[in-house]
Parts: sequence; C-alpha cells; structure tokens
Amino acid sequence: MKVRIPSPLYGYTAKRAVVEADGATLEAVTRSLDRSFPGLRFRVVDEQDRIRPHIKFFVNGVQAAALSARVGPADEVAIVQAFSGG
Amino acid sequence: MRKKSGRAGVAVLVGTRKGAFILRADAARRRWRIEGPHFLGCIVHHLVLDPRDGRTLLAACRTGHLGPTVYRSTNMGRTWTEAKRPPAFRKAAEGGKGRAVDHVFWLTPGHAAQKGVWYAGTSPQGLVRSDDSGATWTGVGGFNDSPDLTKWVGGAQDLTPDGGKTHSVLVDPRDPAHLYLGLSAGGFFESLDSGASWRRLNKGCDRVFPSADPDEGHDPHCVRLHPAAPDRLYMQNHCGIYRIDRPSDAWSRVGRRMPKAVGDIGFPMTLHPRDPDTAWVFPMDGGSVWPRVSPDGRPAAYRTRDGGRSWQRQDRGLPREQAWFTVKRQAMCADDADPVGVYFGTTSGEVWASSDEGAGWRCLAAHLPHIYSVETGRV
Repeated sequence: MKVRIPSPLYGYTAKRAVVEADGATLEAVTRSLDRSFPGLRFRVVDEQDRIRPHIKFFVNGVQAAALSARVGPADEVAIVQAFSGG
Repeated sequence: MRKKSGRAGVAVLVGTRKGAFILRADAARRRWRIEGPHFLGCIVHHLVLDPRDGRTLLAACRTGHLGPTVYRSTNMGRTWTEAKRPPAFRKAAEGGKGRAVDHVFWLTPGHAAQKGVWYAGTSPQGLVRSDDSGATWTGVGGFNDSPDLTKWVGGAQDLTPDGGKTHSVLVDPRDPAHLYLGLSAGGFFESLDSGASWRRLNKGCDRVFPSADPDEGHDPHCVRLHPAAPDRLYMQNHCGIYRIDRPSDAWSRVGRRMPKAVGDIGFPMTLHPRDPDTAWVFPMDGGSVWPRVSPDGRPAAYRTRDGGRSWQRQDRGLPREQAWFTVKRQAMCADDADPVGVYFGTTSGEVWASSDEGAGWRCLAAHLPHIYSVETGRV
C-alpha cells in the first residue's frame, strides 16, 4: 500500500513523500516501514506501542484511533505530524 | 576532560531550541568561528564531546512532535548517525501503562576505564545507558523500574513545566560503580553499585514544599562533582547554593554568603577543573513570581575561590542594564586551560566567554536560538 510520509520524516525516506509498505494493521505497517527505513517507527510510535502525541494516522482520509486498525493493500495510509508549537 | 595537549584548540558545543552550533578556537582562544546549524529546527537539549577519545560527539535531539533520539558523530559534526536503539523505557506488561521517554535531557560520558559507556538522563525522570558509544541504549532498571520510583519523582504536580527531568548524572572518577544523579523534581541520589540501587542524598537542603517526609520536596537544579577532588560536590538548587564534602551526607548552604540583593537562586553552576575551592554560578531572580531573569536586569556571574565562604561579582563586559536573559542548567561550563575559560549561553541566544576565569566577558555569538546547553571540549 501507499503510505504518505510527513516532511519531518523525509530524512528516513530520502525525501520521498510517498512510500510502499505492507501489513494487515497499522501496527504491521509501521513495522514494515521500519524495516525499509530503520528508526522511523520510534519517531511516531513510543516504546509502549502508542501513537505519539500530535501524530495522527489516516486510512483513506479517516483518522485511525489506534494502531490496531485494519488496512488492506488498496488502502492509502497517511502519517501526519502537527506543526503546532513555537 | 582529556589531558590538554600543548596546542589543542577549544570547542564550545551549543545546544539550542532550534538546532546545535559548534564554536571553535585555537589554544589561545582569541579568534572563534562558528559552525552550524546542525539539526536545524530540532531541539538539541545537550551536545557533548567524549573526553576519552576527543572525537565522539553525541547530540540529544527531539524534532517537533517526533520521538526522541540521539545522534553520534566522530568528525565534529560533518556527518551524523542516529542511534539504532534510542533511549526508551521498558515495555510494560500486557495491560500495564508504561512510561515513554519524551526527550533526552542530559548526556554524560562514562568512566575513563569504560570506553564507550555513556549515560543519558531523560524526561520524564529516567536513566539509560549505552555501552557502544551511543549506538544502542538500555534502561537502567535499578532506577527506571524501582518500586520506589513514584515516591522519588512525585506526582504530576511535582513535574517541571515541560516534564520532570534527570540531570547531573555524575560518575566518580575513582570508581565506575559510584554514580550520582539529580531529579527535577525529586532530589539528589547516589548509587554504589552501577545503578542497581539508589539512595537519596538531600540532607541539609531546603525544600520546595514542607512535606512531613524530609526526603520529599527537593529540587536540585545542577550538581557538579569536582574531578580532582571527587568527594566535593557543589549544587545549585531551587532553594540555594550548596556544597557537600563526602563522606558527610549533609549539604551546607554556602549560598548564604551571596549578596542579599542578588540571592542564591539560579540554574547553572560550573567548577574550576583543578581548584576544588573555585566555582561559578549565574544567579537569577527567584523572588515573588520567579521571573527567571537576571536580577534587576543586570546579569553577572558570581565566583567563589574559597569553597563558598565568599562570592565575587564578575560582570565586566556584560550588559550593564536592561538585559533580561538567564542561563539554563546545562548552559554554563569551563574549559581546562590556564587560565580557565568560562562560558555561558543565554535564553536570548548569546554565547559569552571569559578567557580569564570570569574577570572579563565577551560575546562570541548572538542571535542564536534560545540556548539550552553549553559544553566544552578539546579538539
């Protein structure tokens, strides 16, 4: 599936805004991303496997409540990081 | 710090709210040049050069809302490599609510005999260790998973505004198993077994709140261990300036000798590398609402040369009025030259230096972002 990457993570994806990943849940997708782009997952998911504050995951434009959300190969996942703060 | 070579230059490592900068000078410390920014836009809480090899540089970074990490360079920042396993807490058992590291606040190279060992203090309060020069990090279970942790760090109302912090991780140069650390809030702690167990060491310190338990209500801001006299430690505390001479377990408030109009409240403190009686502080206004600015808008360092029995104001070259910056706890340091160079970075983005032990100051850099840390190294 296609995964849209927020610009603060471009350092992991060689500036690619859209990358490929696989998995049946968002949890699996983040692990797939981490295999392709080591270190990326920990920047958006903490050591307790929680989505970090101010990070959102969208599946086909709908915000996912948790990493347990199911996804399919035709879905589009977007990771969004807020730019709030000074 | 590595033994000074005859012509080795000095580096001043600056961590800021928007990236890191490195100022470098030759041994005479007359001409400086600035390099950077490194990690533009990232919060760099601490940037530290390993004195054991003079080349390994670690940076504690947080980018926007992304998770915390540590970067490593062995060429003074020309290239950086991210930690393969950044500092993190242990995963909680199923159904448990584990803690997550928000940011890495403090970096300390390990004992001289333990090459590659580093310690990192986190926010919220935790301690992690690396045995491979910062490539991978593991929590120190004796602290992070202690059943006493909640008692040590208190509740949500005890946290500093952007989270409780572990700072002042100190390693006894005579014994790598002998560690100290400070918690804001939480107090000062000692371990004699490489971090497997800890005991509180706050006797004699005034407290932030009057709990019935004398071990509660402590808030050390910055603690320094003298490298040449490791039984002597100085502390800039929320409540004043203190000194302890081990094996005593009681701190003495040496800040009572500071001028009354200035007081002895502040965040940073640094020591002379060879003389255990000489130290510098940078007081701030700790009155009424705690403005956290230079008292009366007139910034100055204060130096003691007699272990805190007396203090001298050192402000030659600094702004004389209407200067409302302050200096954070990691943002004041000294080099190992003779005479000693003293450095501080301000919340308004200036780096100031003295090449004569504080007698006179000059501004090395201005208009940088809000400065969080200043360290020195030999390069």
